[in-house]
Amino acid sequence: MTPNQTDRIATQLINFLVLIVVLILLFLLGDIIFSGFPHVSWHFLTSPSSSFSAGGGIRDQLFNSLYLLVLTLLISFPLALGSAIYLSEYAGNNWRTGLIRTAIEVLSSLPSVVVGLFGYLLFVISFHIGFSILSGAIALTFFNLPLLVRSIEGSLHAVPDSQREAGIALGLSNWRTIRGIILPAALPGILTGIILSAGRVFGEAAALIYTAGQSAPILNYADWNPTDGSSFLNPMRPAETLAVHIWKVNTEGVTPDAVSVSAGASAVLIIVILIFNFGARAIGNHLYKKMTGGK
Amino acid sequence: MDEIQKKLNAPSKASREDVIGRIISYTCIAVIIALVVSILYFITSRGIATFTTNHVSLWQFLTGKQWNPGTLSANGQPQVGALPMIVTSFSVTILAALVATPFAIAVALFMTDIAPKTGAKFLQPVIELLVGIPSVVYGFIGLTVVVPFIRHLFGGTGSGILAGTIVLFVMVLPTISSLAVDALRAVPTYFRSASLALGATRFQTIYKVLLRAAMPRLLTAVIFGMARAFGEALAVQMVIGNAVLMPHNLVTPTSTLTSQLTTNIGNTIMGTLPNNALWSLALILLLMSLVFNLLIRYIGKRGEIKS
Repeated sequence: MTPNQTDRIATQLINFLVLIVVLILLFLLGDIIFSGFPHVSWHFLTSPSSSFSAGGGIRDQLFNSLYLLVLTLLISFPLALGSAIYLSEYAGNNWRTGLIRTAIEVLSSLPSVVVGLFGYLLFVISFHIGFSILSGAIALTFFNLPLLVRSIEGSLHAVPDSQREAGIALGLSNWRTIRGIILPAALPGILTGIILSAGRVFGEAAALIYTAGQSAPILNYADWNPTDGSSFLNPMRPAETLAVHIWKVNTEGVTPDAVSVSAGASAVLIIVILIFNFGARAIGNHLYKKMTGGK
Repeated sequence: MDEIQKKLNAPSKASREDVIGRIISYTCIAVIIALVVSILYFITSRGIATFTTNHVSLWQFLTGKQWNPGTLSANGQPQVGALPMIVTSFSVTILAALVATPFAIAVALFMTDIAPKTGAKFLQPVIELLVGIPSVVYGFIGLTVVVPFIRHLFGGTGSGILAGTIVLFVMVLPTISSLAVDALRAVPTYFRSASLALGATRFQTIYKVLLRAAMPRLLTAVIFGMARAFGEALAVQMVIGNAVLMPHNLVTPTSTLTSQLTTNIGNTIMGTLPNNALWSLALILLLMSLVFNLLIRYIGKRGEIKS
């Protein structure tokens, strides 16, 4: 075989493998959408789930997922922002910084089930908080932090040093420079990072099974007092999310229409995540254009 | 005079602000460090209770084949042999990585060298979408498509290592691909130019120059994928069958470390042997993720391209 023939065959092979990957994705999306969409209806989205009879919806699970997402971001964003500022603006190039980076890497490489079990051990058992949205949000924070820190640090790094020098030259303190100049400049990148991490948090289940729990008590959507047991805003109630719901109806096998419920729920999950992903890109681009004055 | 001196010696508004800023960002980083330390501490202290409180020998735990923590064996020892789960976890991880790597490298080469434009426009979103699909959805598709298919082909229940491998293959594919793309992009263009100038074909350049120069980083990519596969819980749990048996072939139900943990940790009582044994499984998971981490660092350090 001449080298040219080998080259042609190898290129064909690579193209073939790539084609298979694309087909896998098309199959996955097709399967989710075609088997899921027929089950998604207004009724499905707005009625409570049922464990032992067919026809249950996903209203509470969908709300729990969103509520949990908001709480998680409320806890993890300030922490991640502060840490990222430290790493990008204050940290020197020494062994201490190396150690901190290693710790964050270790945190990001931990399996999410281990993070979930740690949350279970600490909050549910030791602190007696019980299965609750709060425990779930904290567990998801652990899981979310390293990624968020990394992406925010990346966008802070991308701001040119001339901006920092300009701030210092104006006699501003480091902190004012960061707050007034660096953060606004890095905002599009930071926002994109947050929304992408929101997509991951939304689909996460392994860390939640033993922290936010697997039950969805009846919620009262008219009760706006977060301290009431049945209020939908109460952060101390157990809350099954959409992703956990898909897992539970499939493994417990007591719901007669488990397959159609999870097909519908998967479709909803994927669509929300797609919205996050496209939204991240659109908002990032829009803000970037607005702030750099480009067209 | 005194007042002026005081004013001049006192820290300025700017430096006070700076102190506040430092305090805020130092606190945040301290919280993260405390978090990592406490995760390591709590899981380790729970995980070694099997050996310190219940006096199970470590060797027996790692090599025993009987997992039945509630009962005692004939010689009065608790039956906590984790070998079946360890073997299954490693099998699905290694098999998934073996299957995924050629595909991932093909995708990466396509995006960097064969058709960069189509790659960026078309394949990049494909990879990103694959990353975005949550693991329960992979598990659900595995359960409704892959498992029945295997059942149809080989009989039995259909769940087992093969089903786990297929699901994990799709899950680690995007991880390995996107890191492999970075690896190939890091190879300087003049490597390619030099090779092509010598009259090498594109494939000769890829095979003899690119893949070799990028090898350490490609290896890191594969290990990243393996770390993800090893720690994946729910998707695997849904298709593996969850019977703690030594796997004899690829299509009989068995159980991984993660699937055993998710299935049973809620059904055992804190502080008892069955519960401690499960925490020991979690400890193995934790240690393995540290090992993967070390491997990545070691290879990464040795493999930096010097130019």
